[in-house]
This record gives sequence, C-alpha cells and structure tokens, in this order.
Amino acid sequence: MELSSIIRKFIMALSGLFLIIFLITHLVINSLTLASSKDLFNEAAHFMATNPIIYAMQYVLALGFIIHIGMGIKLTIQNKRARSQEYVYNRMSKNTDLSSRSMIVSGGLVIVFLALHLRDYFYQMKFVGLPEGTTDYDLVVNLFTNPYYTAVYVIAFIVLGVHLNHGFKSAFQSMGANHKKYNPLIKIVSTAYSIVIALGFSTIAIFHFINQSSIL
Amino acid sequence: MDLILKVWRQKDSKAKGKIETYQISGISEHSSFLEMMDVLNDKLIEDGKEPVAFDHDCREGICGMCSMYINGQAHGPSRGTTTCQLHMRSFDDGDTIYIEPWRSKSLPVIKDLVVDRSAFDRIQQAGGFISVNTSGNTQDANAIPIPKDDADKAFDAAACIGCAACVATCKNSSAMLFVAAKVSQYSYLPQGEVEAKDRVVNMVEQMDKEGFGNCTNTGACEVECPKGISLEYIARMNREYVKATLVKEK
Repeated sequence: MELSSIIRKFIMALSGLFLIIFLITHLVINSLTLASSKDLFNEAAHFMATNPIIYAMQYVLALGFIIHIGMGIKLTIQNKRARSQEYVYNRMSKNTDLSSRSMIVSGGLVIVFLALHLRDYFYQMKFVGLPEGTTDYDLVVNLFTNPYYTAVYVIAFIVLGVHLNHGFKSAFQSMGANHKKYNPLIKIVSTAYSIVIALGFSTIAIFHFINQSSIL
Repeated sequence: MDLILKVWRQKDSKAKGKIETYQISGISEHSSFLEMMDVLNDKLIEDGKEPVAFDHDCREGICGMCSMYINGQAHGPSRGTTTCQLHMRSFDDGDTIYIEPWRSKSLPVIKDLVVDRSAFDRIQQAGGFISVNTSGNTQDANAIPIPKDDADKAFDAAACIGCAACVATCKNSSAMLFVAAKVSQYSYLPQGEVEAKDRVVNMVEQMDKEGFGNCTNTGACEVECPKGISLEYIARMNREYVKATLVKEK
C-alpha cells in the first residue's frame, strides 16, 4: 500500500521526535563524564547496557533511525522527481532559511558521522570488548586525545544542531500542531533544544580534549 | 527604463526550451510587469518574430492566471502581489530580469511562460465543493449562525486564487498550501463540515496522484503566496486528514 504524502510526513515527524528524545537522554548520560569520578559514568553505562527495558529499546532506536533515514531518502527522491526541470535562476534564500532547505544534506552528514560514531563506540563495546583494565569511561574519553577527531565530532554536532533547528519545529507543523498561542513557544524550545544539543556534546568533547592535552 | 530581459522560450510542450535575451527600452516605471511584456510583444511582432506567450486575464490580482517566475521568485520580488500587480518601479534602470514559467512536473509548460494547471482543477473536482439541493427552496446560508472567527478563517482560505505560486516556489513542488486552502475554506463552515472527511481524503489522494512533491515545511509557499495564505491551513489539513483516515471505514 502506498502511503499518502501526509502520512509520510507524520512518520517522518514521529520518528524525528523519537530521535530527539533519544539525543537528550544521550547528552544527559554523557555529561556524567564531566564529573571528577569515573564511577558515575561507568555505572550509568553499565545500567544502560544491562537493563532489559533499555536493552530492548536499542532495537526500537535502531528502527527509529532506519525509518527516519529511509523515509527521508524516499521523500527526497520523490520531491526531486516532482520538478523535472530546474529554474535557470532561483533565489530560494529570499523565502526560506538554509537549515530548512538543506535537511537532506545535514541529515546525510549526520549519517556519515553516525557510522563513524558507531564504529568508535558501539562496535568496540559490543563486539570487540574493552582492553584489559579499562572502563567505558576510558573508551569515551581517550578518543578525544586526538585533535582531528575532536574537530570532526564538534563539526558533526554543529551540523546536527542545524538539522534539529528545522526538524524540531517542523515535526510539530507536520503533525498539525500550529497554533497562534503556542507557535512562539515551539519555536523557542526548538532553537534552545538544538543549541543545547550542539553546544552540550561539543563542550564534552572539547573538555576531554583540553583535559588530556598538555596545553593547560 | 532600459532593461535586459532573459525570457524562457519554448515552442510547445514537447520542445526543449531555452533562455532568449531581449533588450527593451523606454519602459515607464509606472507600468505593470504585464504591460512591459505587452510592449515587448509589440516589438517582437513589429520585428516579425513570435511574441512571448504568457497567461493573464483580469490584471487586477484576483483571477490567478498570471504566473511568472521573475528573477528567481514567484510573481517577482514584491510580497503579496500577483505578477499583474507588480510594477516596474520595483526594478532599477538597466536591470537584467529573468522570466521563467512555473517549474513542476505536474504543471507542464504548454508554450513559453504558459503552464497547464489542470492538475489543480482535478484536485478541486475531487472534493472542492459542497452537495446542496438547489431545486429552488434552498435555505438562506445566513440562516445558519457561524462564529465570526470561523467565517473569517474560511474567507482567508477562500482568498486562494489557485495561481500555483506555492507549487512553483516550493523546492519540492508541493501543492499542500493550495489544497489546504481549498479544504479549509469548506471545513470551517457548517455547510462544508458534513462532507469534510471525504473531501480531505479525496483531495489529498488526487494531489498525490498528480505527482506533486511532499511538504517539508520550509515555508516558502506562505512567503510567496500573493494572497497570504498561512501555513496554519496546512497543519489544519494534516490534522483533518489523519483524523479522517483513522475514522473512515473505507
């Protein structure tokens, strides 16, 4: 059965909001690495890895990513097809902002980052196993001794923030939540959320880089 | 004013079009964009060339016929105006102006700047009406009380002239703003409410069948709409549609 365009938008919005909730959880747990004791983060990581509900949620999360990415690609292909000939001269910057126009580009970059990120952590923790005498905390923190790696992560977080800035408020519009009274609030929360995510993750990465380098 | 015009010329729907350059001089800044096009066509006819085909009718901004993509924007640089209401004072002497037809697979070019907008007619035919017995004893519409707010919102939606600037400007060629306006103008009113579920489902189905793209909420349509139709109507249609598909038995 071919889904209608509005249902597709709904699926995009729902899966997006689900990933938005995941990201904030991820940020909260990662921020525990800022504590002076390694145990706090290690305990949280242990809980996340062993709790049966959270274990099951891993699959739901993977499904959320697959649906959101798959649908995003499908929508983009359809949308490109809907205009077989491009304008010779088109000034899209006059009526839209960059983050809303470049969702597939920012999304694509996030996928590339996601692949790198899964290789760095998920794959190491699940399949390779931690080296003798090290903890989850060490795995997270050690990566940020490399300045290039730290830079790649920070750039990815900024791109993610751009993606979220449109995505958050767009999800509400797609699901029919457009109300004069609440629109300003949705917009503020959307911007605040994307800044918190981009800045939060970046801060953690930069903190560990500086903490382990000899510059200070 | 002296201008350089870069106009899309295309012989017919099958031909491959291209941009042609024309120099035009002595244009009054008080003339409308279409009057400037008339002057260009007069000159082309005098020179024994084929005039530029473009859509126009009322020339007072209410018929929805004119449809040019001017300097990269639907209906040109002014907000809330149709091409016929755009005046040459919005440009500077010596400007180069690009003039193209609407671009969408669902609105194919017939000739030059004229596109076939019958996809909109078919969407309208799928549900843009109310079923009323008009045998002679029709009830006066004003006999049914309607809250002022609802009447205003229905009227604002009905202001859509079906020009298709929304499709033209949308990076996805989505017709959501048009369809949302046409759905809402009825569903806000008691006369339209009874058929609201079928209407929204049928019109959206027809819209998808016509091959328009999917809305990604960039908001370009709302900015370029000459009648200022709000994105609120798209959100409302999304609500209506999802409710209707959940409830409907077929």
